[in-house]
Amino acid sequence: MPKDSGIGAASKRREDVRFLTGAGNYTDDINIYGQAYVYFLRSDVAHGKINSIDTSAAAEMPGVVRIFTGADFEGVGGLPCGWQVTDRHGQPMQEPAHPVLAQGKVRHVGDPIAAVVADSLQEARDAAEAIELDIEELPAVVNMKAALQEGAPKVHDDLTSNLCYDWGFVEDNKAAVDEAIKNAAHVTTLELVNNRLVANPMEPRVAVGDYSRANDESTLYTTSQNPHVIRLLMGAFVLGIPEHKLRVVAPDVGGGFGTKIFHYAEEAFCTFAAKKCNRPVKWTASRSEAFMSDAHGRDHVTKIELALDADNNFTAIRTETYANMGAYLSTFAPSVPTWLHGTLMAGNYRTPLIYVNVKAVFTNTVPVDAYRGAGRPEATYQLERVVDKAARELGVDPIALRRQNFISEFPYATPVAVEYDTGNYFATMDKLEEVADLAGFEARRKASEASGKLRGLGVNCYIEACGIAPSNLVGQLGARAGLYDAATVRVNATGTISVMVGAHSHGQGHETAFPQVVADMLGIDESMIEIVHGDSSKIPFGMGTYGSRSLAVCGSAMVKATEKIIKKAKKIASHLLEASEADIEVKDGKFTVAGTDKSVAWGDVTLAAYVPHNYPLEDIEPGLEETAFYDPSNFTYPSGAYCCEVELDPDTGKVTIERFAAADDFGNVVNPMIVEGQVHGGIAQGIGQALLENCVYDDEGQLLSASYMDYAMPRADDVPFYVVDHSCQTPCTHNPLGVKGCGEAGAIGSPPAVVNAVIDAIQSGGKNVLHIDMPLSPQRVWAAMQD
Amino acid sequence: MYAFDFEQPKTIAEAVAALADDEAQPLSGGQTLIPTLKQRLAMPSKLVSLTAIPEMKGVCMNGNTLCIGGATPHAVVAAEASAYPALAALASNIGDPAVRNRGTIGGSIANNDPAACYPSAALASGATIVTNSREIAADDYFQGLFQTALEEGEIVTEVRFPVPQAANYQKFVQPASRFALVGVFVAKYADGVRVAVTGASNDGVFRWTEAEAALSANFSPSALDGLSVSADGMIGDLHGTPEYRAHLIGVMTKRAVAAAS
Amino acid sequence: MAKVTMTVNGRKVSGEVPGNRLLVEFLREDQRLTGTHVGCDTSQCGACVVHVNGKAVKSCTMMASEADGADITTIEGMAEADGTMHPIQQAFQDNHGLQCGFCTPGMVMSAAALLKDNPNPTEADVRHYLEGNICRCTGYHNIVKAILAAAGQDVSKIAAE
Ligand SMILES: Cc1cc2nc3c(=O)[nH]c(=O)nc-3n(C[C@H](O)[C@H](O)[C@H](O)COP(=O)(O)OP(=O)(O)OC[C@H]3O[C@@H](n4cnc5c(N)ncnc54)[C@H](O)[C@@H]3O)c2cc1C
Ligand code: FES
Ligand code: FES
Repeated sequence: MPKDSGIGAASKRREDVRFLTGAGNYTDDINIYGQAYVYFLRSDVAHGKINSIDTSAAAEMPGVVRIFTGADFEGVGGLPCGWQVTDRHGQPMQEPAHPVLAQGKVRHVGDPIAAVVADSLQEARDAAEAIELDIEELPAVVNMKAALQEGAPKVHDDLTSNLCYDWGFVEDNKAAVDEAIKNAAHVTTLELVNNRLVANPMEPRVAVGDYSRANDESTLYTTSQNPHVIRLLMGAFVLGIPEHKLRVVAPDVGGGFGTKIFHYAEEAFCTFAAKKCNRPVKWTASRSEAFMSDAHGRDHVTKIELALDADNNFTAIRTETYANMGAYLSTFAPSVPTWLHGTLMAGNYRTPLIYVNVKAVFTNTVPVDAYRGAGRPEATYQLERVVDKAARELGVDPIALRRQNFISEFPYATPVAVEYDTGNYFATMDKLEEVADLAGFEARRKASEASGKLRGLGVNCYIEACGIAPSNLVGQLGARAGLYDAATVRVNATGTISVMVGAHSHGQGHETAFPQVVADMLGIDESMIEIVHGDSSKIPFGMGTYGSRSLAVCGSAMVKATEKIIKKAKKIASHLLEASEADIEVKDGKFTVAGTDKSVAWGDVTLAAYVPHNYPLEDIEPGLEETAFYDPSNFTYPSGAYCCEVELDPDTGKVTIERFAAADDFGNVVNPMIVEGQVHGGIAQGIGQALLENCVYDDEGQLLSASYMDYAMPRADDVPFYVVDHSCQTPCTHNPLGVKGCGEAGAIGSPPAVVNAVIDAIQSGGKNVLHIDMPLSPQRVWAAMQD
Repeated sequence: MYAFDFEQPKTIAEAVAALADDEAQPLSGGQTLIPTLKQRLAMPSKLVSLTAIPEMKGVCMNGNTLCIGGATPHAVVAAEASAYPALAALASNIGDPAVRNRGTIGGSIANNDPAACYPSAALASGATIVTNSREIAADDYFQGLFQTALEEGEIVTEVRFPVPQAANYQKFVQPASRFALVGVFVAKYADGVRVAVTGASNDGVFRWTEAEAALSANFSPSALDGLSVSADGMIGDLHGTPEYRAHLIGVMTKRAVAAAS
Repeated sequence: MAKVTMTVNGRKVSGEVPGNRLLVEFLREDQRLTGTHVGCDTSQCGACVVHVNGKAVKSCTMMASEADGADITTIEGMAEADGTMHPIQQAFQDNHGLQCGFCTPGMVMSAAALLKDNPNPTEADVRHYLEGNICRCTGYHNIVKAILAAAGQDVSKIAAE
């Protein structure tokens, strides 16, 4: 029986009402009396030396408040990078400065050069056009391999080369891996590109800076997934504002998908300029601006080799990846191709030897950082494509080959440094075969062929490491901060509860799902509980929402805080009931003396906690508010199996997704409706990557896919209804809820299924095409079929 | 956007007068012009709206000719051009419903985007482009990318389509913009078949005369066997190489003929 | 500057606008009706869809002056005065047809226009009609489902779980 409230219930989302009636409060909806607007003059060349910037004429234009250039930020910190990777030789990565406004050089199209603050946006833009720039264009590097050639133009003159780091993982395994590959019965090799993507949350980024002379306090309203992280980075490293004088608010945020994790120049600028100009300063990105200033995602070029023994057991994996960093290091950029990618290369399989090499490269492009899945989709894509190719080369069934090599015992320590606590890959594969109706495929293929189309089926598995992350472990891996999370449960006198959480909700439905947990623990109605998030002045601390961590990490903190509440409330109840604390039970919103009908209602206990006449002041303080911090002891490991069925028009190369099915293991599920929605969205993004989306630069570093006119976003008619199942549940063993996280799975698990299906379709038409790089656009598929 | 004034005349004559001002520009549905203004790629001093001019709106039949007012939105053509089903179908697949509620045939024909749909219909139908001062045959009107025979200040008031015996438009969409990566309009008249191709050529919409000759002799897909368009002069971009576009022209033409016959 | 007057959600409003004022700016900034969103500058995303004289229009691609005298409905005008949501809004909530909510106002307004023209659409009709409304969160599954449900169709059989 599905529950109708609490953990496991498909509670309807309470936040929907404001979003559906136009009452949401997004950052661009915030206007502060007297606000000025900033327009950023951005570089239109990919690489250039700034000879001079003359703002004198522009400064005289109507409405101009002040014009800023890089010179105004001398002595101000640059945008920091939160993760340091150590290379194969024990050296730290090369880490260039990242000024708020360009200093000396521009390094990508969109790099901000000057900022005009004016009474209106139109005046700011008019004045920006009157700024006289003398920029000497320099040769740009766009292609990663070319960037590493001797004599290539350097993105940063003060670095020794364009190589950020050359990382080997696990370096000590390298010789053994090389040996195993040399001696293998069969080696399947695949070279592939994981296409550069733009996250494109539908709400473009916005920042509004405000400053109060009364108390020397700065406030930033921003479209962020993690306002506390922004406060920490911007306050401590960029502007030098002490945390108690800096408030960061992320109100309703219109989607993030990773790209709103990072600390951006525009945020620091608006905060800085509001104080300098003594006026609120607002910036709203246009979509065109978003394309050239939001951190991009993916952009890996990889060669993977899979070695198998004579019985088709996987014996070794070796990969070599070039990972694009763009022109500067965005907040978490170095971690994505390394710790979020290399550690996942075992996938769902027992491969004893693995070696991953990653060369991170600077180019004259927008910085690249985490996008939904971050590193894990890249790992999954390589692995699941190479396994499929191996099956084809060996003439074995791709599902059987996978099953044969599945990890079957847990915990399982991979050769790439992580230990999977639980999972059951056979169960999700069995489930997939059932819900995807694999048995009916041949009939469907015949029907397609009868209408002149080809039909293909692709399957893949995935594993991800979520619930980021154990602080001591990530510290060893180079994170410059721990990644625990926090929650405060404040019980009000009348029994209603405000839960202040560090995780920010921008579509994930925390405002609904989190109360389900607390309600379940206390036996009270969900509607009595309200989640407060997104304002650094209201919430003790939090590292934010990414890496499918909200419920697993922040939710666990909330559980711990609620446990403390229960403990204290029991004390109060035992006093009121004149019973021993050990005998008190919490159930259905009541505290009962076990084995008796003596009870006291939740509301009476909470009232007693605040305004008592009769209270054991000697034993406990009044008040009912508890804070807890939670640091996970391991990552969580959601996993699953996905299946895609495509139809291909051989005359045009056009692929349509006919069916898509997913069988996931997310451990315990708090709100199945929300979980399914997360998977749906991830699948659409994965289909987008596989068939449609591609962020492309030309050789001069001009962005060719600079708007929705050229960057193909998935639309409603690009996708089918999906079949999603999450009934296979192996609960996480180390967090109190047994949850694993579901936010990224869809985007991780879907691209290989799509590509495997298209290759299968082409093969069924008698053409021996073994690989096509994403996106599998009609022209690429058609061209591949011509060879 | 730069600053500009806005005027909304009620007659063609008033509009023409308003457009005589320096740097005045007509605004019809705005579905192309307004995004262009946002990018600051145009700098008119004044926009003269054409959408409140009753004489420029509506669809009617005059003998065997379908007449569409220059300021008639695509949605109205889709709903009311039932006398010319292929044209109505074309209109019903331009952009999305909201774009079709505003965007107009006059704006589309005046803009002559190389990937737009209407120009292929006008050219394949041998349509007449009527302006405030003259009538222009479609064959003379389209003059390359975004180039037309229109003079400064001249406005398209009506487009007249002789209704063919059979016709069809096949659009292969560019995945991002959903404009035509290649669109082919085939129209069969008593005196022959016309085939116009949009989306493909560096010179904008054009007639595929070899296909016209073959189809005039035998209006069936097989008549096109062995015919192909050269990739020379075709557009090459992110979404399609010249070779791919040339290939698609063949495929789409066949499909259009199959659907029409 | 010119004076424009229109009826917005049943209320007569007017204001002085420059020639280059977009309808969406007039609604969001002058009228403080911030439910209508802006998600792009190429007229493609549909976050800004409102009804002008009963027809779906991208309010980012229409000048405020062009709406002089028009009857406008925005997302704020869909629910009843007592707060009861419109059946389409309710169907979106019931079917989890939204996540971050940013595309949602435009989706609801487009859905309302669709169901007016075509009260009993097929799945394909709905998907085709939404060509100009981009959602990055939901993968469209629950949006399409919500619209079919709002049309009174039984959506319980649609693939899920
Ligand atoms: C999201 C989206 C998708 C689209 N998809 C397609 C598509 O698939 N196929 C397609 O063909 N088009 C497509 N379009 C373009 C759309 O059809 C436009 O409506 C059309 O191209 C221009 O018409 P308009 O009435 O909007 O003209 P406007 O934008 O008002 O004007 C366009 C240009 O023509 C001039 N002009 C306007 N009317 C006249 C006139 N009567 N006489 C002289 N000059 C005039 C203007 O000054 C301007 O330079 C799309 C547009 C959008 C926003
Ligand atoms: S904001 Fe209007 S279509 Fe995107
Ligand atoms: S719900 Fe976020 S964009 Fe649609």
